[in-house]
Amino acid sequence: MTESTIRGKVWVFGNDVNTDQIIPGKYKFRIIDICELAKHAMEGVDRDFSKRVSRNDIIVAGKNFGCGSSREHAPLVLKQLGIGAVVASSFARIFYRNAINIGLPIVECKEIAGKVHEGSFLEIDLENGAIRDLDSSQQFKMKPLPSFLLQILKDGGLVEHFKKHGGLIWQNV
Amino acid sequence: MARSGDIVVGTVDLAMAHDGTAPLVIKALHEMGNRKVWDPQKIVLVIDHVAPSASEGSSTLQKEIREFASHQGIEIYDVGSGICHQLLPEMGYVKPSYLIVGADSHTCTYGALGALSTGIGSTDMAAVFSSGQLWFKVPETLDFNIEGNLPAFVTAKDVILNIIGEVKADGATYKAVKFRGSVVARMSVSARMTLCNMAVEMGAKTGFVEPDERTFAYLQPRVHGPIEPLTSDPDAEYEEVRTFEVNELEPQIACPHQVDNVKPVREVEGIEIDQVFLGSCTNGRLEDLEAAAQILEGRRVKRDVRMIIVPASREVCVQAMKRGLIEAFIEAGCVICNPGCGPCLGAHQGVLAPGEVCISTSNRNFMGRMGCAEASIYLASPYTAAASAVAGKITDPRSLEDRP
Repeated sequence: MTESTIRGKVWVFGNDVNTDQIIPGKYKFRIIDICELAKHAMEGVDRDFSKRVSRNDIIVAGKNFGCGSSREHAPLVLKQLGIGAVVASSFARIFYRNAINIGLPIVECKEIAGKVHEGSFLEIDLENGAIRDLDSSQQFKMKPLPSFLLQILKDGGLVEHFKKHGGLIWQNV
Repeated sequence: MARSGDIVVGTVDLAMAHDGTAPLVIKALHEMGNRKVWDPQKIVLVIDHVAPSASEGSSTLQKEIREFASHQGIEIYDVGSGICHQLLPEMGYVKPSYLIVGADSHTCTYGALGALSTGIGSTDMAAVFSSGQLWFKVPETLDFNIEGNLPAFVTAKDVILNIIGEVKADGATYKAVKFRGSVVARMSVSARMTLCNMAVEMGAKTGFVEPDERTFAYLQPRVHGPIEPLTSDPDAEYEEVRTFEVNELEPQIACPHQVDNVKPVREVEGIEIDQVFLGSCTNGRLEDLEAAAQILEGRRVKRDVRMIIVPASREVCVQAMKRGLIEAFIEAGCVICNPGCGPCLGAHQGVLAPGEVCISTSNRNFMGRMGCAEASIYLASPYTAAASAVAGKITDPRSLEDRP
C-alpha cells in the first residue's frame, strides 16, 4: 500500500530524461534480477545515482520525463531504489501509465521545475494534490490523478490491485 | 460519442509483445494467478530485439516466452522472422479501424494502415492479455498537412525528422497525429510507415494516415476477410492544423543526443563516422534497401567504416535477395545481419565503442542508445546513410562525388 503522503529529499533533473538514460537497453535484455538492474538506474544522467540515493527520495524533473521506449524496467528500477515519487512538469505517456501500474507515485506539476533545489525536502499529499517544500515553505499545486488511477497507485500497482479486488477497476468506469 | 479528454474502455483487436517486454507481461500474469489469455488468436509474440540471443540472460527470457506461447496457444514469430512492426502488417494482422496495442513504443507505426495503434507497458499488456480491454484517454488530434513535391534524395524520413525538429520531442505528447496532403497521398505504404513510426518521437500516442487505394492494394493480398474503409468525420475537430511545405526541403539529420536536434545534413557534412546502420522499424524495408543500393551502385563503403544492413523482415530479405541487392551490398563491403531490430537498441550486432560515431536510419539517438554513452548517433535517411558510408563522413547524398 502506497502512503498518500510522501516525504523525501530532492534530486533535480532536466528536461527530456529518456528511458535509455533511466535504464540502458543493453542491461534490460540480459539482467533478469531487478535488484541487479537497479544498480544501473539513471546511469545515463548520473552514473552513481543508485549508490547515492536513499529510500523515499524524490526525483524532480522538467518536461517529458520518461520519453522513449515502453520499457517498464524504467519505473521499476526507480521503485526498486526506493524512490518515493517522481515529480515532473510533464511525463511521456507510456512512462506515466507504467509508473502507476507498478505503484510508483508520479506527480505532474508544471510550476515546480527550477524552483526547488537538490537536497531540499518535499512533502507530497497525493490525495489533496499539494506539494510543499519543507525547507522554503513554498507550496505547489499538482495536477490531480483521476480517482481510479489514484486507487491503483494506493493498492501498490495494477497487479496488487487485481489481487485485492479480483478484477480491473476500469471495468466499472 | 467519446470526446478528447474522455477516459474510455476499449476492446482490443490485436495485442503484441516482444522479447524486451513479454517477460514482464508473463511475470505479471503469473502474479495475477496464472491467467489464461482472453483470446490467443488476437495475440502475437515476436522475438526480434536481441535475435538470435547474445547472452545467457536473454536466452533464458526467450525460452520462457516460447514456453508461454506454446502453453497458451499463441502465435510466435521467432528469431529471423523480423521486426514486430514490419511483421504484423506484412502477415495481415493489421486492418483499418482496428484498435491495436503493442508492448513497444513504436506500435504507432500501424497508423500508416489506418489502425489506431499505440504502445503500452508490460503490466498494461498483462491486463489486456487477461481481459482483452484497456482504459484509454481519448487524444486530441494534430492535423499535419504535407504539401508540395519532394526533391530528389529527400524522403519520408527527412519529412518526419523535419517535423520533429519543429514540433519538438514533447510537442505531441498524448495526442494523435494525422498525416495528410498531396505528399502523403503519393507516398508508398512503406514511406507512410516511416512517418507514423516516428510519431512517438514527438510524444504522440499514435500516427495516422487515412486508408486509400494504396492502403487497400497493400492489404488485399495479406488480410483475411473484408477491409472496411475508414475516413475522418467531416466535422472532426483538430487541436491544431499545420501545413509543412516540402518543395525546398533538404536531406535532414537528427544530431546527438536528441531526436528533435534536427538540422539539414549540409550543416554537419564532413563529420567522420565509424559505423552506418541501415535497418530498423523506421527504415528497414525494401524501398529503403533499394535507396541505399542506388547510392552504393558502382561505389564501395569507405575503408575503416562498417556498414551494417538488417532487413526488417524475412519477406524484405528474400525480396532483396531476388533483386540482387544483398549480393550488391556484400560486394560493396557491407555486413548483412539476419532480420530483426539489429544494433538499434544497443544489445548486439554492432555495439558502439567510446568516441565512435554512427549514422543510423533508426529512430533514436539518445545517449547510450546503441550501447555506449560516450558514442554519438546521427539519424538520417537511407540515402544519406549510404552516401556517408561511401565518403566515410557525414555526406548529403546530393553532394556525393561521381562514381570512379
